[in-house]
Amino acid sequence: MNVDELLADRRAPAVGHLLSINDLDREGILEIMRLSDAFAEVSERPIPKVPALRGRTVATVFMEPSTRTRLSFETAAKRLSADTMSFTAATSATVKGESLRDTVETIDAMGIDAMVIRHHASGAPLRITQWTRASVINAGDGTHEHPTQALLDCYTILETLRARCAGEGPGDLSGLRIAIVGDIKHSRVARSNVLAFAALGAEVVLVAPRTLMPASLEGWPVSATGDFDAVLGELDVVYLLRIQAERLGEVLLPSLDEYHWRYGLTRARAAALQKDTLIMHPGPMIRGVEISPDVADLPASLVTRQVRNGVLVRMAVLFHLLGSGEI
Amino acid sequence: MPRAMRSKKLGEIVIRGGTVVDETGERRGDVLVRDGRIVAVEESIEAPAGASVLDAGGCVVSPGLVDLHAHLREPGGEIAETVESGSRAAALGGYTAVVAMPNTEPAIDSAAVARDVLALGDDAVAEIAVAGAITVGRRGERLAPMAELAELGVRLFTDDGRGVQNGGLLRRALEYASGLGVILAEHCEDIQLAAGGHMNEGAWSSRLGIAGQPALAEEMMLARDIALVRLTGAPMHFLHLSTAGSVEMVRAAKAEGLAVTAEVTPHHLAITDAALKNYDPLFKVNPPLRTLKDVAALRAGLGAGVIDAIATDHAPHAPERKEEPFDDAPSGMLGLETALAVAYGALCARAGSHSVPEAPDGWVPAGPGATISLRDLLGLLSWKPARIAWLEGDGHEAGSRRGGQGGPIRPGAVANLAVFDPAAEWVVDTARQASRSRNTPYGGRRLTGKVRHTVFRGEAVVVDGEAQR
Repeated sequence: MNVDELLADRRAPAVGHLLSINDLDREGILEIMRLSDAFAEVSERPIPKVPALRGRTVATVFMEPSTRTRLSFETAAKRLSADTMSFTAATSATVKGESLRDTVETIDAMGIDAMVIRHHASGAPLRITQWTRASVINAGDGTHEHPTQALLDCYTILETLRARCAGEGPGDLSGLRIAIVGDIKHSRVARSNVLAFAALGAEVVLVAPRTLMPASLEGWPVSATGDFDAVLGELDVVYLLRIQAERLGEVLLPSLDEYHWRYGLTRARAAALQKDTLIMHPGPMIRGVEISPDVADLPASLVTRQVRNGVLVRMAVLFHLLGSGEI
Repeated sequence: MPRAMRSKKLGEIVIRGGTVVDETGERRGDVLVRDGRIVAVEESIEAPAGASVLDAGGCVVSPGLVDLHAHLREPGGEIAETVESGSRAAALGGYTAVVAMPNTEPAIDSAAVARDVLALGDDAVAEIAVAGAITVGRRGERLAPMAELAELGVRLFTDDGRGVQNGGLLRRALEYASGLGVILAEHCEDIQLAAGGHMNEGAWSSRLGIAGQPALAEEMMLARDIALVRLTGAPMHFLHLSTAGSVEMVRAAKAEGLAVTAEVTPHHLAITDAALKNYDPLFKVNPPLRTLKDVAALRAGLGAGVIDAIATDHAPHAPERKEEPFDDAPSGMLGLETALAVAYGALCARAGSHSVPEAPDGWVPAGPGATISLRDLLGLLSWKPARIAWLEGDGHEAGSRRGGQGGPIRPGAVANLAVFDPAAEWVVDTARQASRSRNTPYGGRRLTGKVRHTVFRGEAVVVDGEAQR
């Protein structure tokens, strides 16, 4: 597929935001997958850069620290020739007491086209859409969603399956059984991935103790279990979530050791997986808690592939929202 | 200067053409008011020379409304509300008496602060009944001087904003308050079970990724408190109940003969937690908006007489606070100016209305649960809460300006009246609200039923929907 043809064919979308996977239907997700493929080709060029967003400005506004996600977005923007502007809570006026609205309106006044927002409160990106004319991209809000993570995870699975079949892989995730294991309740990654995996046809099972499950799964296209071992043998993908130590203080777990014993991907559990089951983790990975150190380094582990694909998928998202169709 | 001399000279008022509705019944009648009191209620009254005439055609003339639960924010929170601005909002909503909650800064936990707030109330356009804190600083550790506060006229005590977490301490408070002629009121929320939740725990909180507090956080404390009423024999009032389980517990307690009363808010009768799907902090309240099942149960509880009153939980917050992200924004919404219309819309179905069970945005039209008559609604907003707060009676006591609230409308009674047009349609204009704050979710919404006039102690403080001072 020729990237220039593909990109030229696109028309400018209406001003849009990416706040939730629900902002993209199945076709929208597949479109991001196709664009990511095109940008994979770009990133292999000697100069991995296209002028698609030249003259556009992308601001990353991180009110909660996350160096890797911010760098991933900024790299993506730069490869599209956009200008970038970076705003982090630790170095900004928010520590002096400025309100979120004033911060957003100040950045907006500088003239930007997209605002990539990370915030500790669920729903903050949606509120921000009222205070800016820019496209708002959710880079993780509280315990709500992290849609670009889900998109890069979908892309990573599809890419891996395609490589296995010498390029003739499936177009979507139908028929796959994916377990998401860990702190579902507090995970924005889980909420986005449930929606994205299900939209692409996968069967999703959530694995966690009751204390780390949402209070209600009404309306979620999933099944749920507390027994990791019972589902191990039938999985195509094991998706592990990070366990945060503060859950102990909230009395949601007795200890990290006990979590590892019940839900960690140990060598024994890895051996009980099917031969080609994929192992994924959004990072940062805590070895010895959700995964044994040696399992993390198995060939089935896609963790570094996920990071690499993050840049491609974020290029696709930025282009999808801001691109004019001209390169 | 004596208060009686400070009050301005009151003329005569004739309220003409309305239907007089009070606890004793309803009848066509004009009402003549002179020198602060009702002097005649008759089929037709000729206006004396110089009297002002208030048109009540198509309206009901009700005893003024009584709010058991408003946060007037003074002292300490004047940026959000004052006694003056809050009482004007009250008057516009048809209220002639408001119980001011003690979670101020400092809290109303001493005679000095109570005297200050009572003094502010002297110039207000509604009676300001001051509630006192149960514990010093509302910290749940030591008892506030309840007897001294009762001596000043404080009749209701609460640590509202939070419940008294220590059951042993609440037991002592109930026992100590016995014989003082006061009632303790509880904000039922077990903070351990609530676990810092910002909305109702359920399908919506799970989907939105907002920490939820379960209905059980309210119900556990309510169950404990009912048991304490049983133990001590002291009466207790339950503030802003919000769950189906709570209604059932109060029903059972009353059936047992326990001295309990309960209130619900207009917003818990009208809106579900589905309204939070846009993360708009205007809908963030505590207790949180619940489910359709709870809304229906609260309405049924009102219909069955289990719930005694509708109270606003009017909770002003400065605009910038309500623009914070959902988790960070404070709880509470305005209520005084819209309570009657919102409750009327939620409880009094109009003929020909085609109710859907719940709009997708969380607003529940009249229908599910129960519908009640306008007179029953006025009882829940006026004479029943007046009795709970000891504000009824003829207002004659020993030079006191207390009381005379809740009717009935008859010659000799203090003229505290609300004239309500049930057919008037209006759009809530946030910019025109009398409150210093703007945190109402009803802004821009079309409501049916509007307060046309309010008469407070014989003074027309609201005429044709406009505050007179």
